[in-house]
Amino acid sequence: MNRTKGDEEEYWNSSKFKAFTFDDEDDELSQLKESKRAVNSLRDFVADDDDDELERVSWSGEPVGSISWSIKETAGHSGSTQEGREQLKNQSRNSFSSYAQLPKPSSTYSLSSFFRGRTRPGSFQSLSDALSDTPSKSYAPELGRPKGEYRDYSNDWSVSDTVRRLRKGKVCSLERFRSLQDKLQLLEEAENMHDGNVITAVLIFLKRTLSKEILFRELEVRQVALRHLIHFLKEIGDQKLLIDLFRFLDRTEELALSHYREHLNIQDPEKRKEFLKTCISLPFSAEDSAHIQDHYTLLERQIIIEANDRHLESAGQTEIFRKHPRKASILNMPLVTTLFYSCFYHYTEAEGTFSSPINLKKTFKIPDKQYVLTALAARAKLRAWHDVDALFTTKNWLGYTKKRAPIGFHRVVEILHKNSAPVQILQEYVNLVEDVDTKLNLATKFKCHDVVIDTYRDLKDRQQLLAYRSKVDKGSAEEEKIDAILSSSQIRWKN
Amino acid sequence: MAAHLSYGRVNLNVLREAVRRELREFLDKCAGSKAIVWDEYLTGPFGLIAQYSLLKEHEVEKMFTLKGSRLPAADVKNIIFFVRPRLELMDIIAENVLSEDRRGPARDFHILFVPRRSLLCEQRLKDLGVLGSFIHREEYSLDLIPFDGDLLSMESEAAFKECYLEGDQTSLYHAAKGLMTLQALYGTIPQIFGKGECARQVANMMIRMKREFTGSQNSVFPVFDNLLLLDRNVDLLTPLATQLTYEGLIDEIYGIQNSYVKLPPEKFAPKKQGDGGKELPTEAKKLQLNSAEELYAEIRDKNFNAVGSVLSKKAKIISAAFEERHNAKTVGEIKQFVSQLPHMQAARGSLANHTSIAELIKDVTTSEDFFDKLTMEQEFMSGIDTDKVNNYIEDCIAQKHPLIKVLRLVCLQSVCNSGLKQKVLDYYKREILQTYGYEHILTLHNLEKAGLLKPQTGGRNSYPTIRKTLRLWMDDVNEQNPTDISYVYSGYAPLSVRLAQLLSRPGWRSIEEVLRILPGPHFEERQPLPTGLQKKRQPGENRVTLIFFLGGVTFAEIAALRFLSQLEDGGTEYVIATTKLMNGTSWIEALMEKPF
Repeated sequence: MNRTKGDEEEYWNSSKFKAFTFDDEDDELSQLKESKRAVNSLRDFVADDDDDELERVSWSGEPVGSISWSIKETAGHSGSTQEGREQLKNQSRNSFSSYAQLPKPSSTYSLSSFFRGRTRPGSFQSLSDALSDTPSKSYAPELGRPKGEYRDYSNDWSVSDTVRRLRKGKVCSLERFRSLQDKLQLLEEAENMHDGNVITAVLIFLKRTLSKEILFRELEVRQVALRHLIHFLKEIGDQKLLIDLFRFLDRTEELALSHYREHLNIQDPEKRKEFLKTCISLPFSAEDSAHIQDHYTLLERQIIIEANDRHLESAGQTEIFRKHPRKASILNMPLVTTLFYSCFYHYTEAEGTFSSPINLKKTFKIPDKQYVLTALAARAKLRAWHDVDALFTTKNWLGYTKKRAPIGFHRVVEILHKNSAPVQILQEYVNLVEDVDTKLNLATKFKCHDVVIDTYRDLKDRQQLLAYRSKVDKGSAEEEKIDAILSSSQIRWKN
Repeated sequence: MAAHLSYGRVNLNVLREAVRRELREFLDKCAGSKAIVWDEYLTGPFGLIAQYSLLKEHEVEKMFTLKGSRLPAADVKNIIFFVRPRLELMDIIAENVLSEDRRGPARDFHILFVPRRSLLCEQRLKDLGVLGSFIHREEYSLDLIPFDGDLLSMESEAAFKECYLEGDQTSLYHAAKGLMTLQALYGTIPQIFGKGECARQVANMMIRMKREFTGSQNSVFPVFDNLLLLDRNVDLLTPLATQLTYEGLIDEIYGIQNSYVKLPPEKFAPKKQGDGGKELPTEAKKLQLNSAEELYAEIRDKNFNAVGSVLSKKAKIISAAFEERHNAKTVGEIKQFVSQLPHMQAARGSLANHTSIAELIKDVTTSEDFFDKLTMEQEFMSGIDTDKVNNYIEDCIAQKHPLIKVLRLVCLQSVCNSGLKQKVLDYYKREILQTYGYEHILTLHNLEKAGLLKPQTGGRNSYPTIRKTLRLWMDDVNEQNPTDISYVYSGYAPLSVRLAQLLSRPGWRSIEEVLRILPGPHFEERQPLPTGLQKKRQPGENRVTLIFFLGGVTFAEIAALRFLSQLEDGGTEYVIATTKLMNGTSWIEALMEKPF
């Protein structure tokens, strides 16, 4: 590290020399390379690994000396010079923010933005330049390359030679293939090679040099290449050409989906809404079409509700928003979440308003079950037991009231319990559970003693009642109640 | 460090050494001191073949992760970027190169593409005006990475999606190339079997590559007797079910990445007294899991229900061994005891770790919801009520359980019913979109395209035929002392492994009918060997089959294959290769549509 400039120069020169001669196959020194390789490999096998010892492991589990461990370590010690320390400071300051910028392995976000930025139609045409470029111009001398390779840049390779060279990652000009027949032969050869990298390279060339109509027509009968083109267009984000292609192929549903997919990249809610509007008329299946329409309507709704509620909340006049400040914006939330929100903040509103739960239910044809579940969860969270009660009360034509739950009362009990409803409330609903076993299970689980005791009494099950007696607190009212029942002469016990 | 790679029937250390040598040769091309800038995704796979010490021997002095803006300071001659060929990474590299300080010492830039150079990426660098800045632009074909003595993976997370959704065969090409490398090291594989469209493609590519490789005859004595290529879409069912082996459950619950797992730290707090003992560590505990650890090798493939008894038996043996010290009287005895201490302490540490992990897993497997989910899965797989809307799935949606869990279950039901009735499918779709968001319509379409979730066509369910013929559901399963591969899912025998089992005995001719129901062609190819290399098998000597899962494999399937390898009269030992080690969750996740 402390090598002086001069040393470094010398070092570099010597290594340059070495690299050059070693790669020249005709030189006798190449034999040296052979033996050096042999010695190297021998060392690999014989003196295998100083890392063969017992592994040391840091707390975070990275074995000391592993690559990911060392990245942290070596990046941390940035040298001892003043400059180094200065850099270190910057680096640690930067590292946090820039770390977050690192794309996740599967993300391709920067890609589409890059290509979308280029609107000039011919902007992609530089590939062939890159391919036909002689490296001596633009690169530092290619020391590692044997002389022979410079012949690569001659222009008289046949189609199959060209494809083979592309496959080896070698520079090769495609420009001289001018006739359609040559170009298609090039593509066929690439297809036969199965190397996606080469197929894509040829496709880029064809895309640039053929008219859209001819390109599409020829690809229609070459399925492998066609799939690669579609994948490639998706990757570079060339949405327009992709949609033209789908239209040409009459793949209408893919066209629709591919267009709809774009909305994921639009952050601004108004713009996203406008975009979704353009999706409604796309050729989706009937089923999907309804969903897309709903997606648009929902966002339209959410924008109105959001503006309204943000205003209400900041004005500070409305009790519900004061007591329970909103945790997040409702924009882009799923339908059921939106329904929950509206049951929470707008439960009593008349059906005419956009934010009323009943209005949402009607607009989106939310099934009863779904609606009751969501409303129950929202009202229970607010501990509005009266609303909960009303949710399950139905009146028949004689004016008698009856309790009914489309979701089954066992579910009601569980949701109430999750929202820590008091025992009296729980008890009431446990009692409404029809199946006796389920009822007993729930009552035992949630300690609704009265329900358990009464049920065993009704079942005339003395043994279970006795067993339950040992589970309740000594001297409690429950114990007394059990004792009273057990000593009753009215009951004919079955055991 | 890599001794465990040579434990198996085939010494995979040979492969590891070959790729290490290639890495050294590249590093030596860039003479002088170096800094490596890493595409972070690659550090995991690279960690399996090299340690920092190797890089250091070749003058790598600094290592950084690739990120935007300026490169950190480093007083080195060479800056080498180790990257996957992805366009978005090219943008970052360009940013790094362009913001390089011109007044500072000139540094040489190089790129090493892993596993392949890409013309598209180089084009991008050219467009950004930096292509000329790189002296060496090379590729490092790290196609198959040795994970264990019998396990190789390409760790290509997008392979399934590319093959079965996009129809992009690039990863198949890499698979074929990886197989050619293997053959160069371990000899030509005389027989190739396959099932599925992708398997057919890979076999074709291999045959073509062999023909083009007109050079010298491969003179390595063949180690493998057979190659079996299997498409993942031949068996879409298995990865959807919850794996019930120890390793499988660790992967299901915590996710194993490049043989490492990150665990909640509480259970691993050091029990030493004194300062710091009270403070619980907050950073996740990271452990390496492979067969280098004796205890792990013993329990990884067991059904989780059989792990507890092994652990307690081990605990007794270890404490008895420690007790021995009281019996050591003579100097000789004491010396012998002391010499065994390091091994005993390692064993104790390993036991402590796995006891903690087993406790963590048990918390999950004994929960009510886990039980309910498992019951549902098992009903589907044994063919019960697969044709109507399922209550449990409905409940999961209503309670907004994680979307991936719901999708796994719905797909499982669909696969076990050869597609759902249109009405049932529409109902699930609607519930999912309303609860999780309409944008998931894109994901649902992907699942449909992959064949995981689809309407039943022709009104016929062929799953019962497949299930009965291949004996996929076994009612009497012995989890402690298994007699059949179905122990890995406590009743369900993975279809993929059953196909492998039946191929080795009595042969696929016996199941022609089922093979015709399963998607894609099945085939057999021979690669003739010169007489000198033809093997004469000793009586009782097992055959070695390389089985390649195109599109991913789960740990439970690996466990089932290891079970078959160990059968005394099995006749076949397996080495497993795949495009990606995966489970149902990581699989579905890779198929989900995300913003660009």
